[in-house]
Amino acid sequence: MNVGIVVFPGSNCDADAYHAVRDVLGRHAQYVWHEERSLKGLDAVVLPGGFSYGDYLRAGAIATTAPAVRALRPYVERGGLVLGICNGFQTLLEAGLLPGAMLPNLSGEFRCEFVDIRTERADTPFTCALEPGDVLRIPIAHAEGRYVTGDARPAIAAHRQVVFRYCDPAGAVTPESNPNGAEDGIAGVASVSGAVLGLMPHPERACEALLGSADGLRIFESLDRWIATGRTLGAQAAEVH
Amino acid sequence: MAAARTVRVIVTLKPGVLDAPGQAIQKGLDALGHGGVQTVRTGRYFEIELDDDDRLEGRVREMCDGFLANTLIEQYRYEIV
Repeated sequence: MNVGIVVFPGSNCDADAYHAVRDVLGRHAQYVWHEERSLKGLDAVVLPGGFSYGDYLRAGAIATTAPAVRALRPYVERGGLVLGICNGFQTLLEAGLLPGAMLPNLSGEFRCEFVDIRTERADTPFTCALEPGDVLRIPIAHAEGRYVTGDARPAIAAHRQVVFRYCDPAGAVTPESNPNGAEDGIAGVASVSGAVLGLMPHPERACEALLGSADGLRIFESLDRWIATGRTLGAQAAEVH
Repeated sequence: MAAARTVRVIVTLKPGVLDAPGQAIQKGLDALGHGGVQTVRTGRYFEIELDDDDRLEGRVREMCDGFLANTLIEQYRYEIV
């Protein structure tokens, strides 16, 4: 697979994502400058973590004006896959490619720690190498991760769009295991078709045992497996969220 | 050059949306001994100068709805000076 990693002013996990795909997984990765208008030839696009445009206005808000982000909607309609990590997730929300919005953590703190997340769906391009219920140990690093569904709550439930929830090591979703106050412990959400996934934890920072966990690699392995086997999703063209 | 108008926009969280920074600021005021502070709500203020025309108010609303505010969680008000 060929993965494009968008680089914004203020991205700081672009090199981690590149390393995970290229050096750990052994697949092709390339950087995509935010001013790029074409995403042609890319099997998947990663919006990496960081503080694009200094988090000015709202986290991810200014990034939605970048040509590379404006190219995402037609890219997804033509069959492309998009993974937004942390600031990338915030950007996808602001761009309307995923439902809901992000608020400052309930604790008022920047949280930087390992968390456990439970896999809710294994039928997406990003989780097809997992089983429902699988618990991944992956770090978070954010100040604004309190996900809220707003008026999208019924649609998110109807389309089973929640892909990951914060949980305890045994997989139970509890208030204590929720690091930011996210609604229903939601850590990751997909678009209706499943072609777009956003999550707050950083899988690219947990792809080697040396870094404390290799669980994050399973998300990139899923993507690789999905693309290698030529699986496709229905109705990406009609994607609302 | 077209005549410029000044627009002042204030964006705040919608009522009922928990304002964690506001709560932290309230605690800070308490710690400094400012008694009787019942709530603090935070927000952002924009002062925009833009070309005047007969679509001015519509343009301001578009800016607010599409960019300056995230209307899922925020509300805005503005005054055209």
